[in-house]
Amino acid sequence: MSEPLLVVDDLHVTFQIHGGRAVRAVDGVSFAVRAGETVGIVGESGSGKSVTALAILGLLPSRGVTTSGSILLNGQQLLGASEHDMQDVRGRRAAMVFQDPMTSLNPVLTVGRQLTETITRHLGVKRDAARDRAAELLDRVGIPEPRQRLKNYPHQLSGGMRQRVMIAIALASDPALIIADEPTTALDVTIQAQVLELLREVVRESNTALVMITHDLGVIAGICESVNVMYSGRIVESNERHHLFASPRHHYTRGLLASVPRLDGAQGRLVPIPGSPSDVIAWSEGCAFAPRCPAVSDACRGQAPELTISPDDDNNGTLRCVQPAPVGMPVWSGR
Amino acid sequence: MLEVRNLQVHFPIKKGLVFDRTVGAVRAVDGVDLTIPRSTTLGLVGESGCGKSTVGKAILRLVPLTAGTVTFDNLELSALQNEELRKARRHVQMIFQDPYASLNPRQNVESIITEPIRTHQLRTGAAVHQRVNELLDSVGLPRGAASRYPHEFSGGQRQRIGIARALAAEPDLIIADEPVSALDVSIQAQVINLLADLQEQLGLTYLLISHDLAVVRHISDTVAVMYLGAIVETAPAEALYTNPRHPYTLALLSAVPVPDPVVEDSRHRMVLQGDLPSPSNPPSGCRFHTRCVYAQSRCEQDRPVLRELAPGHQVACHFAEEIAVSISATRGGDVVL
Amino acid sequence: MSVLTRRQRAEQLNDPDVANSLTREAWRRIRQNPLAIVGGTIIVFFVLIAVFAPVLAPFNPRSNAWFDQIRPTSIPGPSRDHWFGLDEGGRDELSRLIFGARASLMIGVLSLGIGAIAGAFFGLVAGAFGGWVDSLIMRLTDILLAVPSLLLALSVAAVIGQSQTAIVVAVAVPNIPLFARMLRSSMLGERQKDYVTSATSVGVRRRSLVMRHVVPNSLAPMLVQASLALSTAIIDAAALSFLGLGSADPGVPEWGRMLANTTRLLNVAPHLAIFPGVAILITALGFNLFGEAVREALDPKLRR
Repeated sequence: MSEPLLVVDDLHVTFQIHGGRAVRAVDGVSFAVRAGETVGIVGESGSGKSVTALAILGLLPSRGVTTSGSILLNGQQLLGASEHDMQDVRGRRAAMVFQDPMTSLNPVLTVGRQLTETITRHLGVKRDAARDRAAELLDRVGIPEPRQRLKNYPHQLSGGMRQRVMIAIALASDPALIIADEPTTALDVTIQAQVLELLREVVRESNTALVMITHDLGVIAGICESVNVMYSGRIVESNERHHLFASPRHHYTRGLLASVPRLDGAQGRLVPIPGSPSDVIAWSEGCAFAPRCPAVSDACRGQAPELTISPDDDNNGTLRCVQPAPVGMPVWSGR
Repeated sequence: MLEVRNLQVHFPIKKGLVFDRTVGAVRAVDGVDLTIPRSTTLGLVGESGCGKSTVGKAILRLVPLTAGTVTFDNLELSALQNEELRKARRHVQMIFQDPYASLNPRQNVESIITEPIRTHQLRTGAAVHQRVNELLDSVGLPRGAASRYPHEFSGGQRQRIGIARALAAEPDLIIADEPVSALDVSIQAQVINLLADLQEQLGLTYLLISHDLAVVRHISDTVAVMYLGAIVETAPAEALYTNPRHPYTLALLSAVPVPDPVVEDSRHRMVLQGDLPSPSNPPSGCRFHTRCVYAQSRCEQDRPVLRELAPGHQVACHFAEEIAVSISATRGGDVVL
Repeated sequence: MSVLTRRQRAEQLNDPDVANSLTREAWRRIRQNPLAIVGGTIIVFFVLIAVFAPVLAPFNPRSNAWFDQIRPTSIPGPSRDHWFGLDEGGRDELSRLIFGARASLMIGVLSLGIGAIAGAFFGLVAGAFGGWVDSLIMRLTDILLAVPSLLLALSVAAVIGQSQTAIVVAVAVPNIPLFARMLRSSMLGERQKDYVTSATSVGVRRRSLVMRHVVPNSLAPMLVQASLALSTAIIDAAALSFLGLGSADPGVPEWGRMLANTTRLLNVAPHLAIFPGVAILITALGFNLFGEAVREALDPKLRR
């Protein structure tokens, strides 16, 4: 087994908000990604998944934010690195694809200009060579007539095309790691399928590590090899995807799977998770999910459950629960 | 109970320096027929730009109709004007997508819910307040919510407020335009269940507009698939999902991710090429032919109309039968997954 | 041990029995803002001075009883009898400054009030009716905007005659098109929003739609502009008075006029020009700071 490319260890990100309160957006997150592997982070609003992504690339605001822990990319510490060092990393060795391509692309610059900007910055090539490479990239991400597209502005392209351009920009200097934060949420479902297919190809061809952050369990099931489930700033369960979906042990994971309508109609009546994502208690006072958990007990309050390696499977799955569901209990009873 | 015939909504494109000339039109809705029997749910699905939201707004006369009729229990909604239209509005209510924008931030919940009641004089005096409490109960909100303001609630709760407001007018038909798309995953189920329960209790009729095929399957009796302003297939829900006939429906269904890795690994993916054509310049003939893997020369010339292939199952495709045969030959049992 | 969820804790911060309307929350934000506290204190200070001027001022501001103490090259400065000294006409400077507060505040607030309310009226009509009414009103505001405000002020003074009324009109009128456009454009923006569409679909009458839904949500930018424009109005009023458009009587205690009277004496008695100048400055600053706090409280992007 090769050395992991990215190792996030005990990451904490705390925001100081107006009024002196501190919000722990990320409260002790650890995971690793190997080259060529696709790791998923799934969670809803308030889970801290996007903040984790921003922390990896050093994109958090500088004021009012405290971080601790370690983020190692090929052995280089990213957390707390200087802006100068991070600028070398960003776009070159690690790149990000954002959710909304309309606001993540500069509306006043042509697509070509935004691409060549990255290419000349990181690969140090001259203008013409950069344009050639830009056209190649657009072709690789499946945009027809790439040379003409270089002259287009973002608003002249459709949502799917813009997202492909974002991916092209991310690929410009052949990064070892791509972080995709809800890359297809804003897209139509058939376009989403195209973009996911493109990401799969890219990972296959270049052996890129991909961190896929999303709330969509279907996307996770289709593209990720291992999955981390985040709730209120911590990872509550992680496992290889088949094991996670076939036998989810944390009650939040189970709740999510039971409440999501499926295309193949395999559920019967939806069982929602009661309450809302803001019905949380601080991890220091017990399990954050306790107010909404169907299997809550006294042991769940008082202190945070530790992250344990599931003893019952041989898979390095981890679990943060003192009353987990037993192994081998699927959420659906079959099709 | 709701009958829509040949609905067309075209938005003119104007150009010109001084005088606006109409140079073309965006054919957002280009000939749509719908029938929704009482107390059932029709799911209208499609991707962005297909015109499904415009259909909903046209039924409510929130956008002008270019042609066609909307008839509701023998009342021709499309022909009403002014005061008559205003009074008729209480029978058809809408639930909006964005729970943050669809409530007036300066009105408290009680005021929001009583507005339809007072506007149409459905209750007076003390009965109004009582009705508000009834409505809050029926959507699962605490009674104390009445004095609070929208920004004090979460997205799911605001959506419930919106539903309570829609119910306050005692409508017969509710048009739900993407009612759960803006909500967290774990909350979507709460609202979906609520809508289903209310339908059972009150005998409501729903037109559910959504891009989320899994949600639509869950509470629809009939489903209609729209593409570029026209319906390409309509069928009872079970039939559409287990036996889709139109190539677009096939592509659509095969593109929806399923939270089950076993299914995802084994399913047939039909990935469409290219992008949606512009609604102001739709392809000739069958609007889908530019992206259809089965396209023939006829498809470029003749626009197909909806024709019935099985009871209640209509498809707008020249070669629907041939395609169905070819698919079941290659895939065996399950067509989509 | 009762452990509260994050939401329960947030709810407890505000009194659960008192619903939090946006207005109440905005007011709370303003109260807590240091800018508002400083600005508000300044405003209250000058308002109190203006209101209680007859009680506070030691002498009659127009009385030139000490004219005999004035020499061409020397004017008595601050002394035990006259804390701020005498002005060029032998009048008590402190009393004039105190009564000047009254004049300046009144003119500033009145002129802005008239301008804002008239502007809001036209903006409301334009935004509510649309069509040719809207176009007509907008063309009229265009015309008003095209006239340089100083020229307008001079014309008004020429018609009405030099007086404080002329200043009020001259400051009020240029504000009318600004507020009209602002309210109209807010209304146009709010009309597109979902909650207005939903009220339409409920069957709410057109009049209620405008007055109950659109207008209350369109006022925020105007409120911000009004509070910031107050400081400009005070300065403009003083400037016009300085230029001589106000009352022709040099004895009138008004800061701008006092400045006009004393700039030629900067070598002899600079304090006579500095005092009213500083008074104008601090008053305008007070309104400006408060206006900033209002803007921060009402700016939706800064919320949460």
